[in-house]
Amino acid sequence: MSVILEARNLVRDYHIPGGLIKKAKTVHALKGVSFNVEEGKTLAIVGESGCGKSTLGRILTLIDPATSGELLIEGKKIDIAKGDMTPEMRRKVQIVFQNPYGSLNPRQKIGDILMEPLIINTNTPADERRDRAMTMLKKVGLTELHFNRYPHMFSGGQRQRIAIARALMLNPKLLVLDEPVSALDLSVQAQVLNLLADLQDELKLTYVFISHDLSVVRYIADDVMVMYFGEAVEYGSRDEVFADPKHSYTKTLFAATPRADVESIKARLARKKQAA
Amino acid sequence: MALLEIENLVVEFQTASGPFRAVNGVSMKVHEGEVLAIVGESGSGKSVSMLAAMGLLPWTAKVTADKLAFNGRDLLGMSANERRKIVGKDIAMIFQEPIASLNPCFTVGFQIEEVLRIHMGLDKAGRRKRAIELFEAVGIPDPAERLGHFPHQMSGGQCQRVMIAIAIACNPKLLIADEPTTALDVTIQKQILDLLMKLQAEHKMGLIMITHNMGVVAETADRVVVQYKGRKMEEADVLTLFENPKSNYTRALLAALPDNATGDRLPTISELFVDEGAAQ
Repeated sequence: MSVILEARNLVRDYHIPGGLIKKAKTVHALKGVSFNVEEGKTLAIVGESGCGKSTLGRILTLIDPATSGELLIEGKKIDIAKGDMTPEMRRKVQIVFQNPYGSLNPRQKIGDILMEPLIINTNTPADERRDRAMTMLKKVGLTELHFNRYPHMFSGGQRQRIAIARALMLNPKLLVLDEPVSALDLSVQAQVLNLLADLQDELKLTYVFISHDLSVVRYIADDVMVMYFGEAVEYGSRDEVFADPKHSYTKTLFAATPRADVESIKARLARKKQAA
Repeated sequence: MALLEIENLVVEFQTASGPFRAVNGVSMKVHEGEVLAIVGESGSGKSVSMLAAMGLLPWTAKVTADKLAFNGRDLLGMSANERRKIVGKDIAMIFQEPIASLNPCFTVGFQIEEVLRIHMGLDKAGRRKRAIELFEAVGIPDPAERLGHFPHQMSGGQCQRVMIAIAIACNPKLLIADEPTTALDVTIQKQILDLLMKLQAEHKMGLIMITHNMGVVAETADRVVVQYKGRKMEEADVLTLFENPKSNYTRALLAALPDNATGDRLPTISELFVDEGAAQ
């Protein structure tokens, strides 16, 4: 198994400039995070809002440069601050955003949404672009009929399928999924998770799955990294982390997750009866 | 006697393509000191049925019911003025988006004192005293100073606490929480749910939890109503629902939980559940 993505001691600071009254401030969003992901595997990044997981997502998708540390994709060192990015390197990583209502342009038809990455990044001729968009539509469970429709005609789950299709148009190696199912209903969530699993098997995709829902993480992840205030407090295989959480924050997180099994309901009702 | 009684509630919206039925003959009862959860996906009419009970729907909605009564008083026949005396005082609601449901132009202190002024008729000093008490009750640190803050100066969890403080300001008999924790992190969700359950037990309130999260249902409810496309699919106490669900839809919903995954793919609702009632 080859390692697709490797991060060594990634640090990201944001500088907030001061003024007459306010002093300049530095926010340490990431304080040295290291991990690696093998081809075809899923790394889940868990943490609460403000813990730096989306900052990490932005660095991985080459939107933001890291302040220090190294990022290697397929063993090649990448530094976007230097500005020597080739389109081939950019194509390897794509992202799917949390809210499918905000991430699709309402004035673009689905077909145009899907073909746009090809226009920007490649010299594919028009008829081939169209064919590839049609194939991708079918791959994510939509039909050719949807090609000429606008985003408002789709439900949340269908939109997330479209966002996934758009991310896959350039045949990326690595997909960063920033809370892809947290805006979706339970039944639709199951469909999208299944689609992601199917696509991973078929295209040998590698996922970095950002989420705060532990039940989803337990289902989809191979490795889990728990983040707290910019630091990775826990990192290991899914079974290790779930069976034996070491850091106190991970334990808090597990304790806070609502449990939907019969035993815990019985325990709760018994506690309630005792209190009454 | 039940606190809130709803019998055969129908809510229709007038649209360009004819009337759309958002709630189709739903009945339920909430008793004093009871936690009822209403579960369903988006579009199942769970929020709309509660908004109808509160009288908060726009005029385009047509609300009919065989019975819609709070504490024995008919809510449908009542004048808007009379209803306003009950809504906000005896029935209070917590909305889904804490940051969006507070007014950004006023301090949170002003917003909580507004409720006290209108419903309780307290004087200025009394309002401030009660507001500080309420902030303490919902666990906001340094309440006296926090009253002067604007919503944007507080985090999502803090804003939700302010919303809860506003809702319980007049000691309501019935509290309706519409997805109170959907926009929050799991650790904050736990705190907010614990707070709601504590307040509910202390004041013996009736509490209606509207949610699509089965975990939240399992952690809070006494009784559960499952809704799908405006119809009630099932009503049961919480243990029966999870142990032995009667309706096919509930079974499908529970099977789609990632916790219950057995193979390497999740069963989806469309595979497990064929909508028998849709052909009407």
